[in-house]
Amino acid sequence: MTEQPLLVLKGVHTHIGRYHILQGVDLEVYAQRVSVLLGRNGAGKTTTLRTILGLWRASAGEISFDQHRLNTLDPPAIARLGIAYVPENMGIFSGLSVRENLLLGTGPKGFRNSRLEEVLASFPLLREKWNLPAGTLSGGQKQILAIARAMMLPRRLFVVDEPTKGLAPAMVDVLLDAFLRLKEGGATILLVEQNFAMAATLGDDAAVMEDGRIVHVSSMAALAQDEALQTRLLGLSLASHQ
Amino acid sequence: MHSFSPPSRRSFGLRLLSGDTPGHPVASFLMAVLVFVLAFAPLLFAGTRAVATAARVAIFVVLAASYDLLLGYTGIVSFAHTLFFGLGAYGVAIALAGSGPSWSALFVGSAAGIGFAALLGIGIALLSLRVRAIFFSMITLAVASVGQVLASQLHDITGGEDGLTFSVPPLLSPSFHPFTEPVLGVRIDGRLNTYYLIFVVSLVLFLLLLRLVNSPFGRVLRAIRENEFRAEALGYRVVVYRSLASAIAAAMAAIAGTLMALLLRYNGPATTLSFSIMIDILLMVVIGGMGTLYGPAIGAALMVLAQYYLEPALQFLAELTAPFPLLSAVFQPDRWLLWLGFLFMLVVMYFPAGIVGSLRARGLYSQTR
Amino acid sequence: MKPSERTLPVLLVLLIAALGFAAMPFTDWLTLSAAGLAMGMMLFLMVAGLTLIFGLMDVLNFAHGAFITFGAFAAGTVFARFPQLVASDRWEENFLILALAALAAALLSGALGFGFERVAIRRVYGAHLRQILLTTGALIVAEQLAIVIWGPDAIPVLKPAGLRGSFLIAGAAIEKYRVVAALFGLFVFLLLQGILAHTRIGIIVRAGVENREMVEALGYRIRPLFAGVFVAGAALAGIGGAMWATYAATVTASLGSDLTVLIFIVVIIGGLGSVGGSFLGALLVGLVTNYVGFLAPKLALLSNILLMAAILLWRPRGLLAAGGR
Repeated sequence: MTEQPLLVLKGVHTHIGRYHILQGVDLEVYAQRVSVLLGRNGAGKTTTLRTILGLWRASAGEISFDQHRLNTLDPPAIARLGIAYVPENMGIFSGLSVRENLLLGTGPKGFRNSRLEEVLASFPLLREKWNLPAGTLSGGQKQILAIARAMMLPRRLFVVDEPTKGLAPAMVDVLLDAFLRLKEGGATILLVEQNFAMAATLGDDAAVMEDGRIVHVSSMAALAQDEALQTRLLGLSLASHQ
Repeated sequence: MHSFSPPSRRSFGLRLLSGDTPGHPVASFLMAVLVFVLAFAPLLFAGTRAVATAARVAIFVVLAASYDLLLGYTGIVSFAHTLFFGLGAYGVAIALAGSGPSWSALFVGSAAGIGFAALLGIGIALLSLRVRAIFFSMITLAVASVGQVLASQLHDITGGEDGLTFSVPPLLSPSFHPFTEPVLGVRIDGRLNTYYLIFVVSLVLFLLLLRLVNSPFGRVLRAIRENEFRAEALGYRVVVYRSLASAIAAAMAAIAGTLMALLLRYNGPATTLSFSIMIDILLMVVIGGMGTLYGPAIGAALMVLAQYYLEPALQFLAELTAPFPLLSAVFQPDRWLLWLGFLFMLVVMYFPAGIVGSLRARGLYSQTR
Repeated sequence: MKPSERTLPVLLVLLIAALGFAAMPFTDWLTLSAAGLAMGMMLFLMVAGLTLIFGLMDVLNFAHGAFITFGAFAAGTVFARFPQLVASDRWEENFLILALAALAAALLSGALGFGFERVAIRRVYGAHLRQILLTTGALIVAEQLAIVIWGPDAIPVLKPAGLRGSFLIAGAAIEKYRVVAALFGLFVFLLLQGILAHTRIGIIVRAGVENREMVEALGYRIRPLFAGVFVAGAALAGIGGAMWATYAATVTASLGSDLTVLIFIVVIIGGLGSVGGSFLGALLVGLVTNYVGFLAPKLALLSNILLMAAILLWRPRGLLAAGGR
């Protein structure tokens, strides 16, 4: 791999109040690949994502995205660089309709018909619920909506936090399909995912976090084959998940 | 901001202050001057008006410090503090007006006022946990207004807008003259007794507050103010601590109210319940320095003095700028609140720690650690 | 929000109206209901901006009353400038003077809001304690400044001639001005709801009230939007103040402070961030104040407090509170 990474974190520290959550994170995300960030609860995965997006300020270190330094930018500026965020709690606006939620994912010109049609074709259920308040959707449907919203504009990077958390297996399959389609389209995704089976199917590169640091980096394939490593780092194994 | 030296090895003075010193030479100096002046006011000042002003300062020190317990130490922003002040004052006023100037009436009235205030304080604390913080402050504002309206309208009980005038027990009454000759240059009369009653009670209450905020209870309060979730997770029931703090603050404010009633031998809605008094308290605590207790004390003295001296100063400036009508209008003596309000805003924006807080932060005086 | 969650509060308004109907003679009820509706509409104008600001940016502005005061004075000044338009019987001239007064009020209060947000509010985002303190101080300063500018005495404000007097409907005298005020308030409400529901900005505002962080993460700059909402809210409050002063025929520097408790009650009842909620809340407070003011004048404020307490027990975040905060 001689190409430059799209997103680079170097020695990133983040403090939340008095708590030193990230203690020197080094991470590289390459274009058109799916990088999965793994680790136990409390390892700092969500904090890492939020720091990238500027929702929390890094207290030290460098974050660069394709020649842009993200440390000093505020979230709207970071989003405008083409980075989409699908947070753990989905970030759906319950009081707004499905249509309005999707509209917020578009640019100043609003819906572009071709794009909208593509997205709705991938997720027909959104067309059914078009004018209904997003709060009436089930958990899985909200998750679909959140991803669809992120897809309304061409994005250079998708940052996704635990999309399958708390979802029924059927929904997980739908999500998996959606991500695979994104991946086929050449998207770059940074994914935090507890479901190792899903991570293994989607991911190209893997990084494991522990206590605010990255403790292991390899290709996903390598990690998937090494059961001992999985158990040591994650306390579980792929085999037990399937 | 408290000393870490073990209690047994502290000097008497330090123990009296519960290990909590003003924290900066300037602050300590101001406090020393304040205590000295208040302790010897009848000897230092000739007229009754100056002594009455000193009594006012003492009362407001207690009122402001008790508010600091809520605002600075517990983190509650309530606009209903004057209610407690008024309850104490009306307790005394109603009792003495109704059943004559006896000590028993005084005690019963005070106890009733203080008791009601404490209960109301607990009620307010419970409310603060039930509704969002944003609502809470607004609700206390509404409740304080209701209190004012009730006091002016329950004419039969409270004397309505005119208030209640009453006589105090003989020992405290101005007409009490045990000695015809002055002793040490000071006339011994009821006024003197009243003054020292006010001074001693105020001093005791202030020292009690110091002890309270430097006790384990006080530390938990501060923990709750910093991070409620964490405190609850550590096992401290926020409900209990808030209610206690609120009840104590309320009771102290009510005691201040009883003292005020005794001082004036009168109470009315404007004397103790008005919003301008609430504003005064806010100014005292914030300008003086929240969460320090000494700050509100110094703030109280400054505010009372300011109200006394600011008007002549403004008058002077108004006359100076008379040729420029709009400018002169800004300096009208009646506009003293404009200037104090402006000062208040500046302090909140640029010196949020207030006088004492900012002095302490300068750290010129290292605490005994 | 489920449909039932929205209809119950509306039913509450009808319930209060019905209770009033049962408690007094019909003609009195009609007059008072009209008065209550008009008062409600004026309160709504004053409060609409405040609730959006609370909901959108979590900013507590205890100085909102200052916008009301300045708007009222602006109207008074405009009326005094053009006495011939005020005294005229022709509805076009009355309409003109009213429009001028409203415009002056909106501009003055809007400018005040712009300056205040820039200089003071920006420094205390996210710090509730300091916001409360700072804005309380600002209210005091504003009242004093009003006295400096317009003097300590009450200024009379005359209704335009064509709007004095009453309509006679079903035997009840209903003041013309009240009808105009009510219609205008209704118009503003519908306009606001329309903007919120159908324009892009409206969608962003509604989303921001629910989850400000996510809106920023979607690439929208919320700070300038907030400043805009703040100024618009101030302008609306100014118009509300102008209408109130015209109705009361007088304006004093303490108008805003005097109304502060009442507008807070309306905002709390309605729920932070909800324009519809504050509309209903304003109606409720208007009706209750007028009904109780007739039946038991001393209990008017107390009954509003009790109403607020009762609603909070039923829905602790207000009738139509928005979002997950």
